Amino acid sequence: MPAMLRKIAQRLGMLQHSFTGGIHPDMHKVSADMPIEDCEIATLLVLPMKQHIGENCIPLVTVGDRVLRGQKIARSEGYLSVPVHAPTSGHVVKIEEHAIAHPSGMGLPSIFIESDGLDESDDSLDPISDWLNTEATVLRERARTCGLAGLGGAVFPTFVKLVQDKRFPVETVILNGIECEPWLTNDHRLMVEHAAEILEGMAIIKHMVGAGSGIVAIEDNKPDAVAAMRQALALRDDMEGVSVLALPTRYPQGSEKQLIYTLTGREVPAGKLPMHIGVLCQNVATTKALYDAVVLGRPLTERIVTVSGDALVKPANLRVRLGTPMRSLFARQGLEDLSGIQIVHGGPMMGERLKGPDVPVVKASTGLLAMSAEAMGEAHSVEQPCIRCGHCSEACPISLVPNLLADQCRSDQFEKAEQYDLFDCIECGACSYVCPSNIPLVHYFRYGKGQVALQRREQLFAEASRKRSEAHENRLLREKEEKAARRSRVRKTHAPKTDEAKAELVKGTASEPAVEEDK
Amino acid sequence: MTGLLYALASFGVFALVAGVVLAIAQKVFHVDGDPMVEKIDALLPQTQCGQCGYPGCKPYSEAVASSQAEVNHCVPGGERVMLQIADLMGVEPKELEAEAAAPMLAFVREDECIGCTLCIKACPVDAIIGAPKQYHTVIADHCTGCTLCVEPCPVDCIDMLVKPELIEHWSWPLPDTKRAQQGHERRDHHASHA
Repeated sequence: MPAMLRKIAQRLGMLQHSFTGGIHPDMHKVSADMPIEDCEIATLLVLPMKQHIGENCIPLVTVGDRVLRGQKIARSEGYLSVPVHAPTSGHVVKIEEHAIAHPSGMGLPSIFIESDGLDESDDSLDPISDWLNTEATVLRERARTCGLAGLGGAVFPTFVKLVQDKRFPVETVILNGIECEPWLTNDHRLMVEHAAEILEGMAIIKHMVGAGSGIVAIEDNKPDAVAAMRQALALRDDMEGVSVLALPTRYPQGSEKQLIYTLTGREVPAGKLPMHIGVLCQNVATTKALYDAVVLGRPLTERIVTVSGDALVKPANLRVRLGTPMRSLFARQGLEDLSGIQIVHGGPMMGERLKGPDVPVVKASTGLLAMSAEAMGEAHSVEQPCIRCGHCSEACPISLVPNLLADQCRSDQFEKAEQYDLFDCIECGACSYVCPSNIPLVHYFRYGKGQVALQRREQLFAEASRKRSEAHENRLLREKEEKAARRSRVRKTHAPKTDEAKAELVKGTASEPAVEEDK
Repeated sequence: MTGLLYALASFGVFALVAGVVLAIAQKVFHVDGDPMVEKIDALLPQTQCGQCGYPGCKPYSEAVASSQAEVNHCVPGGERVMLQIADLMGVEPKELEAEAAAPMLAFVREDECIGCTLCIKACPVDAIIGAPKQYHTVIADHCTGCTLCVEPCPVDCIDMLVKPELIEHWSWPLPDTKRAQQGHERRDHHASHA
């Protein structure tokens, strides 16, 4: 009932719009007051050939090559892809598969760079300080060549979103500084320390997509970030229609669709993009990276990583070069022995548990958490039967019915699960968090989604195989027929002529003997 | 009397109209071939491997549709395909005879290939390219792992390799909890007694 009243009040404009469901987990933002530190450059950096959503990259260097910081070492392949750059100067020592931050523990082809300690930069990209008089397409190409991908963790290639489409003009640019995941403070510190650069980046985005208004959205548990952004905004005179909003803290507010609904009252339809309702959403760290790429001419070679967790005594916000081994970051923060510790890549709600710490920091690495078994709730993790309490449905920000979906996934009824909008699930983990029976709901959804994807892939493969098989059969048949036709033709030309034909032949050229008759 | 005549006449006209409609419908909605064959064929994995004892997926589906073959002969399709076919045919599911092997991939050792084109002719899905006296190679993305190319090769230069698992194709396993396993088993139980 209260939810209904709230909806009515929102419709009448008496109350701010706000997404449904959500939870209030303990935030554990222990590193919130810790200034960003520059992390030492590791001696060996490992660059996986895919650090974004999309196609793998192709290496441009070979073993033994000397590379400079910011030099493109792998080119993008296909449209949905961005290149990879060397994070420091050094030599390529090998190119082979290496484990990446992925729940499977599997690997990707990676370029290994041994740092030479000089950290020399490749300055071939010119800074574009006069971006206001630069064509949007040039800036877009810059975002692409600099390897920008969404640094909030989803790593969607940034240039794809920075486009002016006449059918879907962008009216509002939203900067996502929500950071609703517990423990993580990397965006928080970035806003406090680099507010001016972020706003410049926002101005570039507004110029690129031709948007009139803008909102910087920050949760109200980061008052210093709100103050810093407001202060920086007051210093600019070209940011009319831009405001800094402090939103009440609630998870998963930082999820793109939820944030857009809260700010604009408009829902992004299933299977559509924010662009389709005239909105562009960018993470603050990505916006800062765009500033670096355009104004400083610097490709993406580093990012801010929150290193934290209850098993770590010295949490920190570190400016880390991409490719740095995660083990060295924990060691730097005083955690040498990682036995019995669960490492989480990203936040505790949506991040992935890693099989080991020997994987490199990538563009998606918002945070690295060292968690003890107790904190991961493993002591209570025995799955109990569902008691139909309905907490999961109340917590779901997209109004799904998680307990039903989990039942369907568990018993492989994927068609039903799809009908109940399994694929609209954003895997935020709110349902699993509130479940009193410790049902790993999101895990079931991931299983279901994976199985459906597998079946679709098999179906496509079977369909293609069938077509080729039919073509093969038809070709064999045709060849057979052609052969038969050829044979009968040969037989005809070489066969003895009929009597009339012979008579004709004899009449016409009486002196010549009929050659065919011999055969 | 006239009432009876009217009744007979009106029914006669009705029967005539219905007959014409049916005749037209038969022409318009005529289906070539047995739709059951197409349906079964759509369920099969199209490896064209012949492990079912028939020369391809289509012949096997024809045999199943005409009840000449059991529903459990498709080895690569495994239990899922067997259950789907049994469901479609309305027959009791049957235990599989052979366990599906890990997905395989043919690989031509090019330096040993003599370019005889025999494997190309044997490949049911045209996944091998090459020309006479030229090296042949297998298009990995198109290979169904049916092994039909291995036998004809006169120099034995084709290996069957285990298909490499790609990180893009990795999918989450079922949660490692007792209830997850139980739920899954219950599904299997229901399916085999449906």
